[in-house]
Amino acid sequence: MLVDINNLHISFRSRTGVFEAVRGISMNIGAEKFGIVGESGSGKSVTARAIMKLLPNNAVIEADRLAFDGIDILAADEKTMRGIRGKRAGFILQDPKYSLNPVKTIGVQIAEAWYTHKGGTRREAMQAAITLLDQVKIRDPKAVAALYPHEVSGGMGQRAMIAMMMAPDPELLIADEPTSALDATVQAEILRLMEDLVSSRGMGLILISHDLPLVSHFCDRVAIMYAGKVMEEIRAAELNRARHPYTRGLLECIPSLLQPKEQLAVLNRDPAWMNP
Amino acid sequence: MTTQTFREWALDETPSSRRQASWGRRYRIWLNLRSNPLAMIGLTIILLTVIVSLAAPLITVYDPGAQNLYNKLAFPSSEHLLGTDELGRDVFARILYGGRVTLGLVVAVVILVAPVGLLIGCISGYLGGLADTVLMRVTDVFLAFPRLVLALALVAALTPGIESAFIAISLTAWPPYARLARAETLTIRNSDYIAACRLTGASKFRIILRHVAPLCVPSLIVRATLDMSSIIITAASLGFLGMGAQPPSPEWGAMISTARRFFYEQWWVAAVPGLMIFVSSLAFNLLGDGLRDVLDPKQT
Amino acid sequence: MIDVEHLRIRFGEREAVKGVSFTVPTGDSFGIVGESGSGKSTILRAVAGLNERWDGRIAFNGVNAPLKRPPAFFRKVQMVFQDPYGSLHPRQTIDRILSELPMVHGMPDIEQRVEKALSDVALPPTVRFRFPHQLSGGQRQRVAIARALIAEPEVILLDEPTSALDVSVQAEILNLLVDLRRRRGLTYILVSHNLAVVSHLCPRLGVMLDGEMVEQLSSDDLRAGRIKHPHTAELRALTVELEDPVEV
Repeated sequence: MLVDINNLHISFRSRTGVFEAVRGISMNIGAEKFGIVGESGSGKSVTARAIMKLLPNNAVIEADRLAFDGIDILAADEKTMRGIRGKRAGFILQDPKYSLNPVKTIGVQIAEAWYTHKGGTRREAMQAAITLLDQVKIRDPKAVAALYPHEVSGGMGQRAMIAMMMAPDPELLIADEPTSALDATVQAEILRLMEDLVSSRGMGLILISHDLPLVSHFCDRVAIMYAGKVMEEIRAAELNRARHPYTRGLLECIPSLLQPKEQLAVLNRDPAWMNP
Repeated sequence: MTTQTFREWALDETPSSRRQASWGRRYRIWLNLRSNPLAMIGLTIILLTVIVSLAAPLITVYDPGAQNLYNKLAFPSSEHLLGTDELGRDVFARILYGGRVTLGLVVAVVILVAPVGLLIGCISGYLGGLADTVLMRVTDVFLAFPRLVLALALVAALTPGIESAFIAISLTAWPPYARLARAETLTIRNSDYIAACRLTGASKFRIILRHVAPLCVPSLIVRATLDMSSIIITAASLGFLGMGAQPPSPEWGAMISTARRFFYEQWWVAAVPGLMIFVSSLAFNLLGDGLRDVLDPKQT
Repeated sequence: MIDVEHLRIRFGEREAVKGVSFTVPTGDSFGIVGESGSGKSTILRAVAGLNERWDGRIAFNGVNAPLKRPPAFFRKVQMVFQDPYGSLHPRQTIDRILSELPMVHGMPDIEQRVEKALSDVALPPTVRFRFPHQLSGGQRQRVAIARALIAEPEVILLDEPTSALDVSVQAEILNLLVDLRRRRGLTYILVSHNLAVVSHLCPRLGVMLDGEMVEQLSSDDLRAGRIKHPHTAELRALTVELEDPVEV
C-alpha cells in the first residue's frame, strides 16, 4: 500500500475552542487513481495535506496508522518528510498562479526541482526541464521554459506545475482541485495528461475534488466525505449505483443539460450522517 | 438582560441590534489584543505614563519650574526622588509635567494628521486620474523633505516653541498616511463589494467616506501607533536643538539638551528623560505591533 | 426590455468585446456562456453601468442608457456577483449592507424593507446583525440577492452566481432565482461557464468566443444538439461527456 490511513483524526485548536475537521477516516491507496470528493468543509483537503504533514502548527493529527509506503508519517521528523515531499510524492494545487515562484522562469523552476533530487550539471537540468515540458504536451517547450509564470495561461501554468512535480519521478501525485480554476476545454486536456502520466509511470494518484461526476469518470475508486467522515467508498464506475443517501442527494441536485428539471432537488442533510 | 454580563452580550453569535453587533466586533478585537502579552505591556506603560502625567500635581509636591539654587544637581534622594537639575528643580516633577508636553504634542499631531492623510489618500486612490496625480505629487514633495530638517526650517522661520513644533511635525507627518491610505484604497476600489456600492447609485464621496475610508482606518491606526515613537523622537530632537519647547517648559528633549553639559558628572539628570523617551517609544512600538496583528484587514 | 447592439469594449489595445448584439424580452432570461477571457463578464458589467467606456447601444425599455448612469437607473437594474466572499463589505453588518440602497434613494420604511428582503431570500431574521464572515457561502449569496431585491428592480444581472458554491447550495440558489423570477416577473441576464446551469435558468443563450457572440440558440436546440458553431458543439460535448454514466 502506498498510503495507509487508519482512523485519522485532525483537529484545529484556536482561542475559541477546538474544531474537528476530520473525525476518524480510513483509506488504503495503492498505485491507482483514487478520488476524494466532498463539499467545502468536508475535510478532504485537510486529509491530503496531513499525508504530506503540510498542516499549520495549530493542527493536531491523531491516527492509529498514517503511513506513506510503510513510513510512519506521524513519527517522521522534518528531514524524513523533506525526503518524501516533492521527491516521492508531488502536490498539485488549485491555482498555479500561487504555487509557482513569480520571479523565476518556468524552465529554471523545473530545472531546480530536477537538480535538487537528481544532481548533475545545470545544463543537464535545463535539458531535463525542457524534456519534461515536452512530456506535459507543451508545444514549444524551449520557448515556454524561458517564460515567467504570469506570462502563461492558467492551463499552461498547471502543465508547468505538473512537469515540476514529475521531475523527481514521484510514486504518488496528490492533486487538490487541479482543474477547478480552468476552463472546461483545458480541464479535459489536463486530466487526460495526468491520466497518461500516471498510467505510463505506474504512479498512484489522489484526486481531491468537489465535482462528483468528474471524479467518477476519471478515477478508479472514490471516497465521498461529509463533515470529516467518509460516507462511502465505492468503485468510481458504480457511482450511479451509490447507496448512501448523501451521495444520492449530491448527484440529484446537480442540474443536467440533457435531463432538464423544473425544480432542482434539494439536499436534506440527515444529522445521522454525522455519526455513521 | 438582568443576569447577562457584558461579555455574554457582546459575544452573542446572533446580535439583535446594530449596537450589539459593533460592540461584539470591538470586544473580539480587544480579546485578541489582550492575548498578546507584549502589546499589553506597551498599552500598560502608555496608560500609566498618561495617567501619571495628568495626575502630576497629586503625585509630587514640587513645582516643575520652582528653582532652588542652593540644592542644584543633587543626587537622587528621598527628598528628590530623581535628584535636581542645574537650577535645583526637581527632576521627578519635571519628568511628570514633561510627559504632558511631550505626549500632548504627540496626540495632537496624530489627531490632526491621520484624518487628513486618510482623506487625501482615499480621494486620490479612489478618483484616480488628474486628482490622483496632483495630490500624489504634492505628497511626494512633502515626503522628499527630511522630517527634522523641514521642521527645523519651519520653526526657525516662525518662533521657536511648542506650537511651532506642532505645526512643523504635522506638516511633515501626513504624507506617509496619505500614501498608505491610497495604497489600501487602490486594492479596495476594484473589489466586488465596492462595485456593489456603486450599484446602489451612491455618489463617489459617499462611497469614499462610508465604504472605503473605514476599511483604511485599521492600518492607519497601526501606522499612527508605530509613528508615535518617531514623533516623540522628533519632538525631543527639536527640544534638544532648542527649537521645540522653550525653557522653562519641562520637555523631555529640552531636558536632555541642558543636561548634556554636565553629563559625565551628573549623568542622572540627562539619563532619566532619555530613559522616558526610550520607554515610551518602545511602548508605542509594542502596542503598534500588537494592533497590527489584531486589526490586519487581510484576516477575516 | 434589454437591447444590446454592436457593443464594443476595449481595454487599452485589446478589444475584449467585438460588436455583440442581443435582445432580452421582459420577464425572460438570457444566458451568456463562454470560457474565461471570452468577454462574457465584461458585457455584463457594461450593461450594469460599472464600465463607463463602451461603444454601441445599450437600451432598457427602448430608452438608450447613457455611459454614466443616473442614480435612479440602479432602482431598475441590479447585479449579483460571482464570489459571495468578495461581494459583501467585510466590515459592515448584513443590516447595513441591505439598508445602503434604500438610504441612498431616500426610501421610506427601511426597517421593514430589510426584514422583507431577508425573508424573501429565506434567511432567518437572526442573520440581520451579523457580519459576512459569520455566514456560509450560500447564506452570503442569499444576502447578495436580497441586496439586489431591495431596490425592487426589473432586471437582475447574474455573474456566475453559483460557481463558487457547492452543488447542494447551488441547487438552492438556482431554485430561489427561478422562484423570484416567477413571483416578481424579473428579467435576468445570466453569465456562466456551466451549460447545465444556463440551460436550467435560461430558455435562450448566446455563446461567446474571443469577444464575439458566435451563436445564439435556444436551450432546447442546445440540448438536442441543433448547433451551428463548432465552439458550441465543443462545449456541449464536454458537458455531455461528464453527464453520461460511466461505461463499466
